[in-house]
Amino acid sequence: MTGPASPAARIELRDVAKAFGPVLALRSGNIRVEAGSIHGLVGENGAGKSTLVKIIAGVHRRDGGELLLDGEPVDFTSTAESKAAGVAVIYQEPTLFPDLSVTENIFMGRQPLTTGRRVDRARMYAEAERLFARLGVRIDPRRPALGLSIADQQIIEIAKAISLDARVLVMDEPTAALSGVEVERLFAVARSLRDEGRALIFISHRFDEVFELCDTVTVMRDGEYIATRPTQDTDVDEIVALMVGREVGDLFPKTPAEVGAPVLEVENLNRAGVFHDISFEVRAGEIVGLAGLVGAGRSEIARAVFGVDRYESGTVKIKGERVPPSSPKAAIAAGMAFVPEDRRKQGLVTEASVARNVAGVIRRGLGTARLLTTKAESRAAGPWAGRLEVKTNALDANAVTMSGGNQQKVVIAKWLATDPSLLIIDEPTRGIDVGTKAEVHRLLSELAGQGLAILMISSELPEVLGMADRVLVVCEGRLTADIPRDEATPENVMRAATRTLEDAS
Amino acid sequence: MSTTHHAPETASSDAALVAPSNRPTWLRVVNDLVRSREMSILLVLALVVAAATVKTPSFLVSANGWRDLLLTPSILLVLAVGQAVVIITRNVDLSVGSVLALTAYLTGRLFLDLPGIPIVAVFAIGILAGGVLGLVNGLLVSVANVPSLVITLGTLYVFRGVVLTWAGSDRINASDMPRDFLSLGTESILTIPVLTIIGLAVLAVVGYFLHSHRAGRELYAIGSDPDAAVLYGLAVRRRVLGAFVLSGGLAGLAGVMHAGRYGTVSSGAGTGIELEAVAAVVIGGVAIFGGSGTVWGAAIGAFLLVTIDRALPILGIPDFWQRAVVGTLIITAIVLDRVLAARRARKLIEARDDS
Repeated sequence: MTGPASPAARIELRDVAKAFGPVLALRSGNIRVEAGSIHGLVGENGAGKSTLVKIIAGVHRRDGGELLLDGEPVDFTSTAESKAAGVAVIYQEPTLFPDLSVTENIFMGRQPLTTGRRVDRARMYAEAERLFARLGVRIDPRRPALGLSIADQQIIEIAKAISLDARVLVMDEPTAALSGVEVERLFAVARSLRDEGRALIFISHRFDEVFELCDTVTVMRDGEYIATRPTQDTDVDEIVALMVGREVGDLFPKTPAEVGAPVLEVENLNRAGVFHDISFEVRAGEIVGLAGLVGAGRSEIARAVFGVDRYESGTVKIKGERVPPSSPKAAIAAGMAFVPEDRRKQGLVTEASVARNVAGVIRRGLGTARLLTTKAESRAAGPWAGRLEVKTNALDANAVTMSGGNQQKVVIAKWLATDPSLLIIDEPTRGIDVGTKAEVHRLLSELAGQGLAILMISSELPEVLGMADRVLVVCEGRLTADIPRDEATPENVMRAATRTLEDAS
Repeated sequence: MSTTHHAPETASSDAALVAPSNRPTWLRVVNDLVRSREMSILLVLALVVAAATVKTPSFLVSANGWRDLLLTPSILLVLAVGQAVVIITRNVDLSVGSVLALTAYLTGRLFLDLPGIPIVAVFAIGILAGGVLGLVNGLLVSVANVPSLVITLGTLYVFRGVVLTWAGSDRINASDMPRDFLSLGTESILTIPVLTIIGLAVLAVVGYFLHSHRAGRELYAIGSDPDAAVLYGLAVRRRVLGAFVLSGGLAGLAGVMHAGRYGTVSSGAGTGIELEAVAAVVIGGVAIFGGSGTVWGAAIGAFLLVTIDRALPILGIPDFWQRAVVGTLIITAIVLDRVLAARRARKLIEARDDS
């Protein structure tokens, strides 16, 4: 595949590696994209696709391996360099300047100039309108980027890339939040760019799109290159087998649990522009998976239920008792625990000891005469960390020195110490090595077995399907499906996750 | 604002947020101008001047009144323009008062130690010295990656310390400086004081740069979302460094102007003026977290701040309340900013939900 005898590809990566601290995000990234080709890149979340993209873009510097552009070795140290070399990247989350007009967002740093080196606004607006016309959208070129829908933001990103006249265009899940019409429009643009001789890398979780658009597919798994296939010689089953490559059962030690009375009841929760008419319940001993595309509003719903964010109408009940809105304190008192998505930022005091972290939320019940002693903290924390098998030399080790899996356990331990009846956990295994993932999963399964109600948000479809007793699917801020464990398949979950988008088209 | 109960009116204005509008350009320009923050502050300024003039006609219509109205804000104007540029990049420069003192004292020393030095050279040296001090700030902020609030709070004390050590209890007096230089502080061209003309010239150049130059636009982008600016490949460090050099250079210019205007320079010159500059910028509608606002607004803010200070005693308002009025003005400006931003965001989101 990577034989040196063949003529130089437009862009080629050979054995590119990248580690973030102890986590090896990319072991051996290989991809070879010819000019005039659309190359699909697939793999589960955490397979290293986004890391690979960021290395191509110059956001991250690779630790090893080669990056060749038209056969020439290149080494981008900044996004400005990759851009100058003709590489445009559309990221998963659009990166726009909210205060500036959409036109300025497209042309920032390379605005057309008049003879007096002034920014030529008239030409810029005309050019933006031309780009929007080519993309078939109606957006006022003078309006600010603030408040644009994700789909429109994505359009701005694409307009940006097109106006760059890039040789290589990388699209990291550009369709994740687009409707059917918008996807078709994007594909038409992608094909015309391909026919102009550009090389495109297209990352998507939707196989139908990959097979419709791409001529070649490269599969990655756990940070490693697995295989490259021409799309006409392969099918979805083979690609899925290559992607998963292991027994799903190993990773998800789910034990059946006795499902009891409802613990959490959510009714008609609303917040304009974020989520609408959200109603569901979670029962004791049940793991409910909250699935959906990035940006669908899953985390926002969880944060509103826990009281971190406000909601405009609706009720949240724990064991039949109404929980007042916008008060995490009341939510904790009612028996909720919340493990947020970003452990380092929101869940853990990384500079503090394990004992202090665990004791942090139960301080109220700990102090003697309202004074805290290290001894009291250790005494309270010991049993919990022990139960979760947190591997750290002593309870006084700093949380920052631990691996992602152990950090996650400390966060869970911290909340279990409050003796909750409901655990909300957002992306429980993001950024955790595959080996440790299973441990976190086993823990969740055990906790459910002990009668805890668990609401688990996850972008990893196998995790949702492997762990949840019931799958709720969110699409554009609305619940679109409630699927029991034995009926849930990747297909019907994905369909529900994109359903209203298709309906709208 | 008052048309919210007219359903068709709101519907059409919301639609304009999403789809291209087909209003003629001149109408849009006039509409934007009338609705702009700058216009409302200008209105407040006009009201203050009108009120003071009604009470004491000489506030505006005498030769002295007219001159003071234009001349007094000129130094703050220059500082506010520099400060606005820094704040637009989501930074702040608290050291400008100390830079002003340093260059004001330097100006006096130059005339004392190098008799016959051309006035133009003194201006150039003052701006250059200020620029070098700004470079120190900029390097510390952009390379060491420490928040500018902390860095410039530190250099505020360091630079002031330098002046205190250098000047000691010494002071520069009017007799130490040439008559031609001092007359700059009092002379007028077509009834407009020379120092005000310098301030307005600075305003025009910087305003033009921010509005129409690539680098100027990039400053807005950096302040709007610094992380996106890095991903975008903008030269964030260089631009932020440039903003601090500009702010320092303008503070240097303000120092020379200060020497010319007041004739005496002590080591305590310009103490606290950095906060007035920040206040002028905020009142003028520049978002404290960067990304939006104009130097025009900041300039009007400077005029408003200084004019209120002069008008309130005339209006018979006691000293304590004068401070309170300025404070209220600042808080109102910031609250108004937040409310308007939240309103705009909500409107844009609702327009999206409806479509």
